[in-house]
Amino acid sequence: MTRALNLLGLVWLALVLVFLYAPILVMAAMSLNDSQFYALPFEFSTQWYEKLAENREILAAAWRSIWIACVVTAIATLLGTMAALALNRSAFPGKRLLQALLFPPIAIPWLITGTAMLVFFFGIGLGRGTPAVILGHVALALPYVIVTVTARLASFDPALAEAARSLGARPLTVATRITLPHIAPGVIAGALFAFAVSFDQFVVSYFLSEPGDTTLPVLIYTAIRKGFTPEINAISTLIILVSMAVMLLAARKSNFGGNR
Amino acid sequence: MPTLAQKEGLRAGLMLAPAYLWLTVAVFLPLSAMAFFSFLSDMPLSGADWHLTAANYAEFFSTPTYALLLWKSLKLAALVTALCVLIGFPCAWVLAKTIRGRSREALFLLVILPFWSNSLVRIFSWAIVLRGNGVLDRAVNAVLPWDVDVNLMFSPAAVTIGLVHSYVPYVILTCYLALQAIDDSLIEAARSLGAPRRTILVRLILPLSAPGLIAGAVLVFVPVVGSFMEPRLLGGRTGTYYGTVIEDQFVAVFNWPLGAALSFILLAVVLLVLAAASPALRKAAP
Repeated sequence: MTRALNLLGLVWLALVLVFLYAPILVMAAMSLNDSQFYALPFEFSTQWYEKLAENREILAAAWRSIWIACVVTAIATLLGTMAALALNRSAFPGKRLLQALLFPPIAIPWLITGTAMLVFFFGIGLGRGTPAVILGHVALALPYVIVTVTARLASFDPALAEAARSLGARPLTVATRITLPHIAPGVIAGALFAFAVSFDQFVVSYFLSEPGDTTLPVLIYTAIRKGFTPEINAISTLIILVSMAVMLLAARKSNFGGNR
Repeated sequence: MPTLAQKEGLRAGLMLAPAYLWLTVAVFLPLSAMAFFSFLSDMPLSGADWHLTAANYAEFFSTPTYALLLWKSLKLAALVTALCVLIGFPCAWVLAKTIRGRSREALFLLVILPFWSNSLVRIFSWAIVLRGNGVLDRAVNAVLPWDVDVNLMFSPAAVTIGLVHSYVPYVILTCYLALQAIDDSLIEAARSLGAPRRTILVRLILPLSAPGLIAGAVLVFVPVVGSFMEPRLLGGRTGTYYGTVIEDQFVAVFNWPLGAALSFILLAVVLLVLAAASPALRKAAP
């Protein structure tokens, strides 16, 4: 009976995996299908990727998405790591409040945060555009970096840093030679999360980016609503490969899912 | 001469300031600005005359459309959450208790990986599968001997499928973490004392994994109430929900004060849900 139940469970898990991956695989397959109307039988062709390589609009948006994600990663990782180090160091009044303040950007639906940013950025004269997008993305990525680095810091023995200090090492030396090497995996994982948050971000970019000067997900959204072509499949397949690769790396670094 | 503790405190403050200033400028001030905006009669940006008014909130309560759409979104969120829990909990159980060793880690990654990838692209992939004469249509017709027309695209069912696909990994993740923390010897003890399977599930496993289950449910429910991209792409004309109405106020109708008021009502609903679940959420946080 138990064995039968276990088998049923495994079948269930397999079905869920099919449910999760089948549409993505279909999308990827259709990007290699010759027909523009997704007609079957399948005829292999790389023409959609060739068309993609010539599509200036998509390439420009892709490039913009990548460099925005890089800028966001750099800022969020630096500020987030600094904040995590300070939050970890000692108990001080207001620490719990500061930690609680990390949750609104994660927990409040992006529709609300995104529209609020739009209203506020217009109010202060910044308006829409790439600076607004970067401002918003960094705010969304910061909590992820802080939480990831803090988790790594939990396994760091502060006595190590204290020992170095008492032996006469300067604070900067302690940071670069003792603390940072230990928390490096957490910092790298946090950076990868930050990259993913920005690169995959649709909702906030949608409200904050200038029409005609958008990021890749926003461009895809507008394109799909007009009617889609296998070219969109091709770029979407590439996006999902990139974001899955980034997350796989982050998972490895952060030991996501716990140790055995 | 400042004391050592003061110096430490100053350094901590300097290290915290940039991150929290950023969060203030990009999240907390915007939310406050939107609260203010929701009480305006007109957009002050266009140079039009404006004054403070509660008319935007009055419109929500006097026009049944908005309340009905909010109700529709809440029902959708409840349905999606229920489906995610029904599908995800057994999955988490299998991952946490049936599978052992290295394959568990690999399978776990495989389950949560799509969740970390681009949500818009995954919704688009369903559009290709679900449309009439699409892959699902052909697959079903290839298996069944009689002809059926499977065109789920632009229906509430399509929206539900897409949202469940987007959020079921959340539930699997939180339930897996909760189930993994349950000591196997507890279950064995109950079993050896003769407890039937149902009793073990209802009296032991469900109470112990409840925080993870509730956390997962909230993590699904909250974003689904505010979803607009999924209903737009998969729902077509049937895909008008509370989220899409807010989107319209900002990108199509340009009635930002009304949009801000609608957003704030949504925020109130979200905060109520989070507050109700907060004891469980606190327990689930590692």
